[in-house]
Amino acid sequence: MAHLIATQWQPLLMGLWNTILCSIIALIGSMIIGTLFALLEISQTRILRVIGKVYVEVFRNIPLLVITMAFFLIIPMYIAKINGFTAGTIGLTLYTSAFIAETVRAGINSVEGGQLEGALSNGMTYHQAMRYIILPQAFRVVIPPLGNQFINLVKNSSVLAFVAGFDLMYQGNLIANDTLQTIPTYFIVGIMYLIITLPLSYYMRHLEKKLA
Amino acid sequence: MQNFIDAYSWINVRFLLQGLWITIVISVASIVISFIVGTLLGIIRYAKIKYFSAIVGFIIDIIRNLPLLLIIFFTYFGLPNIGIKPEIIPAAIMAMSIFESAMVAEIVRSGINSIDKGQTEGALANGLTRWQALRIIVLPQAIKNMTPALVSQFISLVKDTSLATIIVLPELMYHAQIIYGQNTNYIIPMFVALAVLYFIVCYSLSLLADYLHRHLA
Repeated sequence: MAHLIATQWQPLLMGLWNTILCSIIALIGSMIIGTLFALLEISQTRILRVIGKVYVEVFRNIPLLVITMAFFLIIPMYIAKINGFTAGTIGLTLYTSAFIAETVRAGINSVEGGQLEGALSNGMTYHQAMRYIILPQAFRVVIPPLGNQFINLVKNSSVLAFVAGFDLMYQGNLIANDTLQTIPTYFIVGIMYLIITLPLSYYMRHLEKKLA
Repeated sequence: MQNFIDAYSWINVRFLLQGLWITIVISVASIVISFIVGTLLGIIRYAKIKYFSAIVGFIIDIIRNLPLLLIIFFTYFGLPNIGIKPEIIPAAIMAMSIFESAMVAEIVRSGINSIDKGQTEGALANGLTRWQALRIIVLPQAIKNMTPALVSQFISLVKDTSLATIIVLPELMYHAQIIYGQNTNYIIPMFVALAVLYFIVCYSLSLLADYLHRHLA
């Protein structure tokens, strides 16, 4: 295994970097889109609620792989050439945004109704009340579940391996095929994933206990 | 439009449905196995048996924090290196069950922990043994709390079976790939079909979850 690390550390680190990069981009993107659709889902206009609900249900109930492959194959046919990394990141962002929308919506619902009424009766508009009163409180509640979503995101980014996204899983698989040392390679790749996800997961459990 | 009509010929649709059948078989098998194993592991972790529970807990945490794809690769391409060579379908069921058991174990553990300690204490004070208290008093209440999380985990399981295309498991995604691999005009119709079929399966599961949640609560 030492030999494997000595000869293959470069592609492995590059894969790790791509995994982290893709996860961070997708996290930021899906937080923005997810919050937007959560707001749509609780909006007072019926048609907006329907749009929000349809978006969330569609992206939650279709496998990430299907979404990613669709972007990878269909966008180049009509719109523009994109590489696997971009297609994978877009797919991951949209898929995760549906889960984040659900999380944020639950968070907003957990804020007591009186808060909104209080803000409105103090002369705030609906938008101001959301922005200054409800969302800040909701985000505190949703931090642990959002952290868990981020862990899922890092794990799910392995789907980039299907579209040649040069992420950790893709590199690991290439190395496993080249060297035929499958078990040591997967072991190293596994440890590299755990370096990101395990501390996060323990921290989230700690936070959950603290907030509960 | 013509592409859609051609793509949805009976032969192709039948081929997709065959794939869907494999997807469902693999999902059901993995759900049953991971529910049993996961519940046992969750109880072991909750029971705090010296050293044993801690070790089991640590292994669960490791598996939960790995990508499922890595576990699939490991069971199908890794295990043959140490002399175990599972066929494709058992390998897929094995990989899914290993991963999902760990996820279920975590859900069970937090479900049991969500039940007030007073329940166990009350049961013990009434002369029940620890095992009886868990089985008769705590678990039935915990299962009610766990249902939403469990069902959404099983929905992810159904979606995640698509990852097993990588080991050429002949499920829905793989069959769709074969069809659009023969004719690139079929790419869009096939993805529409995939989206619809997966959506039907997963969404009806989540409706079932809502129903169960309302009727158990």
